[in-house]
Amino acid sequence: MQPLDLPMRESAQGSAESEVARQMQICNACRYCEGFCAVFPAMTRRLEFGKADVDYLANLCHNCGACLHACQFAPPHEFAVNVPQAMAKVRVQTYADYAWPPALGRLYKHNGLTLALALAAALALFLLLALASNGNLWHQPLAGNFYRVFPHNLMVSMFAPIFLFAVLALGLSVRRFWREISPGDRARDASGAAAAEATRDALALKYLDGGHGLGCNEADDRYTLWRRRFHHFTFYGFLLCFAATSVATLYHYLFGWHAPYALTSLPVLLGTAGGIGLLIGPAGLLWLNIARHPLHGDAAQKPMDRGFIALLLLTSASGLALLAWRDTGAMALLLALHLGAVMALFLTLPYSKFTHGFYRAAALLKWTMEKRQPNRLQLGSE
Amino acid sequence: MTDRDYDVIVIGGGNAALCAALTAREAGASVLLLESAPREWRGGNSQHTRNLRCMHDAPQDVLTEAYPEEEYWQDLLKVTGGLTNEALARLAIRASSTCREWMRRHGVHFQPSLSGTLQLSRTNAFFLGGGKALLNAYYRSAEELGVHIRYESPVDRLELSDGRFVAAYVGAERIAARACVVASGGFESNREWMREAWGQVNGEWPADNFLIRGTRFNMGVLLKFLIGAGADAVADPTQSHCVAIDARAPLYDGGICTRVDSVSLGIVVNKHALRFYDEGEDFWPKRYAIWGRLVAQQPGQIAYSVIDAKAIGRFMPPVFPGEKAATLPELARILGLDAAALVGTVNAYNAACRPGTFDHAVLDDCATSGLTPPKTHWARAIDTAPFYAYPLRPGITFTYLGVKVNEQAAVHFAGRASTNLFAAGEIMAGNVLGKGYTAGVGMTIGTAFGRIAGAQAAAAAIQGEMHAAA
Repeated sequence: MQPLDLPMRESAQGSAESEVARQMQICNACRYCEGFCAVFPAMTRRLEFGKADVDYLANLCHNCGACLHACQFAPPHEFAVNVPQAMAKVRVQTYADYAWPPALGRLYKHNGLTLALALAAALALFLLLALASNGNLWHQPLAGNFYRVFPHNLMVSMFAPIFLFAVLALGLSVRRFWREISPGDRARDASGAAAAEATRDALALKYLDGGHGLGCNEADDRYTLWRRRFHHFTFYGFLLCFAATSVATLYHYLFGWHAPYALTSLPVLLGTAGGIGLLIGPAGLLWLNIARHPLHGDAAQKPMDRGFIALLLLTSASGLALLAWRDTGAMALLLALHLGAVMALFLTLPYSKFTHGFYRAAALLKWTMEKRQPNRLQLGSE
Repeated sequence: MTDRDYDVIVIGGGNAALCAALTAREAGASVLLLESAPREWRGGNSQHTRNLRCMHDAPQDVLTEAYPEEEYWQDLLKVTGGLTNEALARLAIRASSTCREWMRRHGVHFQPSLSGTLQLSRTNAFFLGGGKALLNAYYRSAEELGVHIRYESPVDRLELSDGRFVAAYVGAERIAARACVVASGGFESNREWMREAWGQVNGEWPADNFLIRGTRFNMGVLLKFLIGAGADAVADPTQSHCVAIDARAPLYDGGICTRVDSVSLGIVVNKHALRFYDEGEDFWPKRYAIWGRLVAQQPGQIAYSVIDAKAIGRFMPPVFPGEKAATLPELARILGLDAAALVGTVNAYNAACRPGTFDHAVLDDCATSGLTPPKTHWARAIDTAPFYAYPLRPGITFTYLGVKVNEQAAVHFAGRASTNLFAAGEIMAGNVLGKGYTAGVGMTIGTAFGRIAGAQAAAAAIQGEMHAAA
């Protein structure tokens, strides 16, 4: 017989995508993990794993770790199956491959550096602006009126374009991704049921429940719901902060009510709740990230993960500090810090860990559409 | 650790061992579990399992319809050809109807039958994540309950006194306990013993060409020791759970994914490119367990499942890609078979295929006529390129030679049951499985007798303590 085409260890020159294809070939012959999440049922609808399939499955994977601990073929077995890790390596590659404009996809190469540079530049900008407008970072208390430091129109003229660009870039990236993984299927053709299920699965983080409701794996083969909880704090905290800004925008333009708003006003209440969520959530996720089992995920992506978490933490911490000391002479400094963090966050939004939610949501929608189609394969087994 | 006395020592680290250790601990015994493998390879063959065959009289969570005791027993009787012990078999069957609550308490989760295993949805409860997830749950539970666990601790021999367990030896270290459960598996990983058991046939040593589907740590050390020490043995050393697996599988631990499910869709030839058995005798799930032995009886212990393009997408995708060729002579060349012989075999087969309505989901009417051996179902001409072949070898999951036990799982010496030495799992599965297999019954036996052995060992230890105190 010919030398064998063994599904053994990943070859040094093999791409991240061919490694996932190799592992899926093994998993598809085993299928023990079918109950954990959507990845394995989606896999069983395929016999071959091309780039589109692999990119789809990689973003459907939530990196919960359940399949690694349950795997009879995980290292040190010579098959060296580590699905969460192989998927993670492809996932970051999809963020780079489908980024818009394509040239900026390379910002994922050294994502920690990307975020650090963005933050340094944005902080410098706002500190300089504060100095330019005040001549000093320290000032007489202004009763929280930050438009005295940065006029409203100046802030709008800086943040609106960045925000709109982020929305455009994210939208176009995810559209490119969707077209690759789902040729011929238009997202708008999704049935109401499929769309509702995908939305629910995304908002509830269904696939961080381990298939049994007890949660995912972190440091070992024990299950815990803490990743899901901390992610909820983070995500919903972010949404509350976003809502606070949106309400304040309405107040400003619709009613002509100008900041600063009272502590009991809706924007401040929303922002405070969101800010606290954005402190607890990212802090917890950072703790879990540090304690995570070394075989989980892709260690090379820790700078991306932790950089994004740190930026979120800085945003919320500076925002809450600004609220706490807005009536003091430190307001300008805190404001510059907060706006610097927010600007860095939004500048890098389409080129940071932030995008994972959009790709994940697209993959979840594809899954809820796909599972409603009959399976074309009729496989029997022992 | 030698400075402390345990009530119960459990030797082994798979399902039966954990069931014994957990049960003994729940009964109040202090328990030491000695696993020969390192932590990352712990769990023996249980790592590769996926379900438990369960008796049930009505639909239950993940199990459909009913699977009454009598039907289960008849299934077992059929696959073993009567080489079983009815009392012990029924004990395990009945235990399977009630053990799942206990398993759940120790962290095991169940799921409905996996895709491609619809035929098992009535009879078998699948473990969420498979056997390794089950083992992880048991080990966690054991640690939480205070079972002491030592890895890389192979027990070489026991100290026995008149059929009573006294101590276990890990190398030079002597560990005494009041009772012991041996759950250290069969001897399939021991190549030399396998060679000796199968002997020399037609100038070949068939076992040299076997692959071990399961763990590399089942060396049968204690099985050999116990039989040598006068324990009564059961079952034939050549009997085992033996399936035809991909010849390209690794020597050990290929597990489930090395299966090849294409047999009933084509023909199987030996190294002389000749067919040797009816590939369409019955549904593959009912036949896969005999094909290991069939291949073992062929020269060189090798065979090839040959299919054509029509079969693709109709069987579970094997882990190794099939050898693929545009023509049969080319396929023969890749496989190292005589091209003329393969073409001759396929032509004869094709000519014998009677017209019928192909349906792989039923025992259809596509059969050969005037061919020896016949193919009685799903016989369609192999005529559509590309052609594919999967090389097959016997894959041993576990051996059946074991020690004789009674309903208390007690090891017997010259017909007398030991009062404090018990056995569970593969090392005694041969009491129930003299030959043959039916999916999930290994875990039924391991779970039932593991729990019995654990309870009995705890009782024996606590009784022994009371005697000592009195």
